[in-house]
Amino acid sequence: MKAILTEEQMALSIKRLTRQVAENHLLLENTVLIGIQPRGIFLSSRMVDELKNLMPHENIKYGKLDITFYRDDVRTELKLANTTDIPFDIENKNVVIIDDVLWTGRTIRAALDALLDFGRPAKVELCVLIDRRFTRQLPIQPDYVGRTIDTFADQKVVVHWQETFGKDEVLLV
Amino acid sequence: MKLSTQNLLGIRNLNPEDIQLILSTAQQFKDVLQRPVKKVPSLRDVTIVNLFYENSTRTRMSFELAEKRLSADTLNFAVSNSSTSKGETLLDTVNNILSMKVDMVVMRHSASGAPHFLAKHIPAAIINAGDGINEHPTQALLDAFSILEKKKKLKGLKVAIIGDILHSRVALSNIYLLTKMGAEVMVAGPPTLIPKYIKEALGVHVTYHVSEALAWCDVANVLRIQLERQNQPLFSSLREYNLVYGIKKDMVDKLKKEIIIMHPGPINRGVEIDSDVADGPHSIILNQVENGVAIRMAVLYLLANREN
Repeated sequence: MKAILTEEQMALSIKRLTRQVAENHLLLENTVLIGIQPRGIFLSSRMVDELKNLMPHENIKYGKLDITFYRDDVRTELKLANTTDIPFDIENKNVVIIDDVLWTGRTIRAALDALLDFGRPAKVELCVLIDRRFTRQLPIQPDYVGRTIDTFADQKVVVHWQETFGKDEVLLV
Repeated sequence: MKLSTQNLLGIRNLNPEDIQLILSTAQQFKDVLQRPVKKVPSLRDVTIVNLFYENSTRTRMSFELAEKRLSADTLNFAVSNSSTSKGETLLDTVNNILSMKVDMVVMRHSASGAPHFLAKHIPAAIINAGDGINEHPTQALLDAFSILEKKKKLKGLKVAIIGDILHSRVALSNIYLLTKMGAEVMVAGPPTLIPKYIKEALGVHVTYHVSEALAWCDVANVLRIQLERQNQPLFSSLREYNLVYGIKKDMVDKLKKEIIIMHPGPINRGVEIDSDVADGPHSIILNQVENGVAIRMAVLYLLANREN
């Protein structure tokens, strides 16, 4: 087991990611943030809190997306669905998809499909805390990355959050 | 997380965790049904045949809609215009359909146990959409889902099932489900339409007075008189049945509490329930129909995954 990000590093990375998103989406007028259920929403909630501190007057549009019903492996593995909550229109909006770990890219593929059922965004970007390089099964790349790491396929990246584990950290197991 | 069974033959074969899993999955599908695009691609490589050996409006349309909302391919089979009239047996029909690479079978049949028989002989997942006087599991699940929406819990809830208990597969499935989830059940109706040892066999309360059941319950599920299954007179006339056992507006009004009125349909207005009750503020009959699609999507989704 090896620590990839400590609590302090994780806090800094999340601050940086938030600022990078804010830099590219000045005023956030036409931008919506969407966290991927279940684990992406810890990161997205932190980023939304951070954005609120950064620009207190902005009305930040933040939704949660569950991609269970859009997965391509329903026949082999059953996953339980979580709530999808997108209380606004995404038509012609700039969407920033937020997830914790980018690995094969299949979750993001499903998320793109799911998003299309809610409308046609002007642009979709991807923000992840950890990018596992060279493990992609689909041509999907992130726009904002907390930390890029090289891993073997049999390794696991575990992200712990204060909310569920009592402590923020990223481990390679 | 998955169901403990590969087929949905009846509530009898499910455990409380299965029921909970179906109900919570249905909640997610109900959310899907509120979206602008009411369709998800989950079952896009799954083919489902709807095999209806008995008439149906709601259940067949509800299943077909659920299948389409899940992007499954569907085949519809109605016995009236099929080769069954040429003498083909059930097993032959199904085996012929399966040789066309069908993954799941939704079946309604007038013979109790028909889906259980099929499940023993064919590899496809079987969903019972009503078998004779035995069970109608998806109806009980959507009833429970509709009750939960209004009452938030099943445990400790008092549910009266009123009418033709003897011939009702809805009653049996509801009794299994509600007692498994910790609710109390009372059946009410004419003595000729209530099985003699139901109290001992299923652990339900029995009354022959509808007003007593209404005064006792939080939820009243009113059932249709199944004249098509009665081969002897079990009460003197529909008019008399309505006078003695029909649910009328003044009976509901004079209760000092808010109860929910349910009916699985089709309604015989003016027989088991009067129109002003069926269309009144206590009735959630159309909510039941709406929830049926979400429940059937959940069942199909959870059974599509077969690791063999």
